[in-house]
Amino acid sequence: MRNTLDSITRNLWHVVAATDELPIGLVETTTLLDTPLALTRGLDGEPVVWLRRDEEQGEEIDAETVLERLPVKTAYGYTWTCLGSPPAELFPIPEFAEPDRVNMSCGSIGIHVSAPRAVENFLDMGHFPYVHTDILGSEPHTEVKEYDVEVSEERDEVLATRCRFIQPRAAKSATKPMEVEYVYRVPHPFCSVLYKSCPEDETRQDVIGLFLQPVSEERCRAHLLQSMIDSTSTITDLRRFQQTIFGQDKPILENQYPKKLPLDPRAETPIRADKSAIAYRRWLSQKGITYGVIPQAS
Amino acid sequence: MTITLYDFELSGNCYKLRLLMSILGVPYDIVPVDFFPGREHKSDAFLRLNPFGQLPVLRDDDLTLSDSGAILAYLARKYDASGRWFPEAPDILAQVLRWHAVADDITSTASAARLALSFDYPFDVAACQKGAHRIFRLIDEHLWFGEKAGRDWLCAPDHPTTADIACFPYIMLSEEGGISRQDYPALRRWTDRVRRIPGFVVMSGIFPAGPAKQD
Repeated sequence: MRNTLDSITRNLWHVVAATDELPIGLVETTTLLDTPLALTRGLDGEPVVWLRRDEEQGEEIDAETVLERLPVKTAYGYTWTCLGSPPAELFPIPEFAEPDRVNMSCGSIGIHVSAPRAVENFLDMGHFPYVHTDILGSEPHTEVKEYDVEVSEERDEVLATRCRFIQPRAAKSATKPMEVEYVYRVPHPFCSVLYKSCPEDETRQDVIGLFLQPVSEERCRAHLLQSMIDSTSTITDLRRFQQTIFGQDKPILENQYPKKLPLDPRAETPIRADKSAIAYRRWLSQKGITYGVIPQAS
Repeated sequence: MTITLYDFELSGNCYKLRLLMSILGVPYDIVPVDFFPGREHKSDAFLRLNPFGQLPVLRDDDLTLSDSGAILAYLARKYDASGRWFPEAPDILAQVLRWHAVADDITSTASAARLALSFDYPFDVAACQKGAHRIFRLIDEHLWFGEKAGRDWLCAPDHPTTADIACFPYIMLSEEGGISRQDYPALRRWTDRVRRIPGFVVMSGIFPAGPAKQD
């Protein structure tokens, strides 16, 4: 199983928890890249992550007694770690720091599918009217209009722009149907960030992050970030909206076969609306990612 | 009357009440509860509503009720003028309550497996899955013999009851707990019939049935 863990994946920062949800002084357990991990937070609130031995979930622990630690980064409300040698920086989401934004985790949810399949579903607009009926789409407005995709050499990320879709209820703050414009970034092989027109302020964009924790090649945990311009909704309301959407995607994702993402262009039949998925698959291939994918035959 | 449902979208137990109120055409307001990740159902404010710390809670004017099965019975008795959803006849009432108990067993097996796999609850997934398969097999047989005898629903009457509503959600969400319904054809046909009840609504994770075959 472990032999497919490529060095690119091994050396990435991977999300493992919403930092605020990690208990101080108690052990939390999780799995990353088939490797059992233990996590906690110290009295200073800082997360500590290490390779799990016989620690059990909920056990008391003093973070200061943990000496052999994995690297940790906290960013966007989440705790990130690495099993190899991580880069200095994680991808930027500058909007997160804007003072009037409501930033929140929306829960970390286990899905029985590979992380790249979950990224690809996030990029897809074609399913909106059928899976997110009367929220993110509705018949007969099913057309995915022409949009642009590029791989930014400078930032090493896939970028899809000019994505437009008629949405009955684009966000919690939406009161009427609107044509919504999306920008998708894939700045990390297992993370995507979406910018969409904000119903409350047409000059700005709501930001939704989908950060996937690859548990195994065929399982992941989806960590959802919302960074919203919304002066009226509560955090509970905003979480509920996003969880409703995600709960609709989940059974669709879990029924995808194979669970790993095939990178051979002939393995599945894309349509024009899948341009961003094609670019994403090619980008993973060129990077040499083999974990959670079925690599192209050489 | 003003009905308020303390609700979590991804909860099958909350959905049971949304479903019956939709079928009965009973209007209600929702107070969202941050069950996950906020664990608001364990907060002091929520424990004052339900000391057991469980969703759903329903308020009807000054009355505060908890437990989805009990609330289904309350709603049916109070708002279903036809008396069909929670029948009075002693033998039928006993059947309905019997299936409400099965619904709780489905919650402690199929729903528990889903909580473990999706929401990181520390449950024994294999044991939960095994328990759910045992129940699904029994329901499938019950429904298969029912179909042969001309019975479409869990209980004897020729119409659905709260028993069908109580058992439906966590059967439909079972795949999220890694429990396939592939081997239970009569069970699957029954889920289609439930999904064609007039007034049926979906929840996240449950999709509408396709159109029924016209004879």
